[in-house]
Amino acid sequence: MTVMLDIENARKTFTMHLQGGISLPVVQGVSFQVKAGECVVLAGPSGAGKSSILKMIFGNYRCDGGRIDVRHEGEMMNLAGAEPRQVLNARRQTIGYVSQFLRAVPRVAALDVVAEPLLAAGIARDEARARAAALLSRLNIPERLWSLPPSTFSGGEQQRVNIARGFISDLPILLLDEPTASLDAANRAVVVDLIAAKKRAGVAMIAIVHDDEIRAQIADRTVDVKTFAVAA
Amino acid sequence: MADMISASDQPLLVAEGLGKSYGRLAACRDVSFVLYPGEVLAIVGESGSGKSTLLQMLSAQLAPSGGRVSYRMRDGVLRDLAELGEAERRFLFRTDWGYVHQDPAQGLRMAVSAGANVGERLMAVGWNNYGRIRQTASSWLQRVEIDVARIDDAPRTYSGGMRQRLQIARNLVTEPRLVFMDEPTGGLDVSVQARLLDLMRSLVNELGLAAIVVTHDLAVARLLSHRVMVMKEGRVIETGLTDQVLDDPREPYTQLLVSSILPP
Repeated sequence: MTVMLDIENARKTFTMHLQGGISLPVVQGVSFQVKAGECVVLAGPSGAGKSSILKMIFGNYRCDGGRIDVRHEGEMMNLAGAEPRQVLNARRQTIGYVSQFLRAVPRVAALDVVAEPLLAAGIARDEARARAAALLSRLNIPERLWSLPPSTFSGGEQQRVNIARGFISDLPILLLDEPTASLDAANRAVVVDLIAAKKRAGVAMIAIVHDDEIRAQIADRTVDVKTFAVAA
Repeated sequence: MADMISASDQPLLVAEGLGKSYGRLAACRDVSFVLYPGEVLAIVGESGSGKSTLLQMLSAQLAPSGGRVSYRMRDGVLRDLAELGEAERRFLFRTDWGYVHQDPAQGLRMAVSAGANVGERLMAVGWNNYGRIRQTASSWLQRVEIDVARIDDAPRTYSGGMRQRLQIARNLVTEPRLVFMDEPTGGLDVSVQARLLDLMRSLVNELGLAAIVVTHDLAVARLLSHRVMVMKEGRVIETGLTDQVLDDPREPYTQLLVSSILPP
């Protein structure tokens, strides 16, 4: 299968200027590949740098060294050190990110929060909203909530809105940061189904999941983040 | 990728080595960046950091002491703003650019009706059919969530939030390609700010506008902008994708700014 993501020797260190300039190494030597239709789960204890790796791939954290190549419009593009507009382009067309928490925009209805990535991809409003509605009902968000801003929702409801927003697009690479963390069993099963459907569609996924049962259901491969630890 | 040259691969505005000094005092030093169509750039920094001076130079209201600003005109030609004639500059201001002031009283005519405030921009670009002007003004009032029943009232009878929304309607009615905003939510109540931000965000997205937003409020930068430039003592000290600069700030001063945000 096609390699969608190829990370080689990526490295990240935080320098905390407000704490006397101490240097906080996060990960080094991060190297792995993800192919189309494959779900790779990042494993390791809290603080090992799993979320940081996802954020580096998404361009949210800067990469201090190495390469993060993603297949963008048919060609490999190095996102480490890419120009902001290249990163934005990759986010529009190539990489989606389901974060743990929804960063809701005040006043925007849940339905529109979910439909937004499709609108950004140029899909007509009616179709975008119809697809958003279908996904929200699949994730058991009651219809009476669709027109309300998710900032008023419970934690689990917000997470499901976030999942819907992440899964609605047709992007070929998806990053999942604990997508099932605060969900009940029924909704966890829905997410597992959604992930399976993305695999069939050839989407490459990198996930962080702490639940062993979910990991067993979705992981094609596990990458141990401890091997990227910086020796003290 | 390089062979896919589309319109948006051509910069809309280019700043090169821009600086402004007042005697020995350098208000703004050596600022260079490129803005592409549809891109929203936030310039952040505290008062006195030079961000407003920079905005004035970018919008041709203040002549730089050094460097230059070029703008791609509607005919596709990149022109140095300093070399434009007065008529060309006025044309830019009336049609291709918008400028949203922090104080709506500076951007509006407070004593004439809301409809005339919006319609005036249309007349300036040659509209002369009264019915059509009024109709377009009404539809813009609706878009910025102002009750059309208030179309004949002067903005001095409006609340602060309404005035700011009217100023936005007045600016956007001519479908500019670039909008400058100077602290657009400054001085408004938090609830009014949220509504205004949400409105600006959706209009910018729908119209594919490029914008340069000066703000000291990092939350405004996060909601509205794609890219951010952090200024301190007249210089750009850090620049990048907005979420990258705010979530992974590199410079000591940016880390201080980000750590000073009160949690919501």
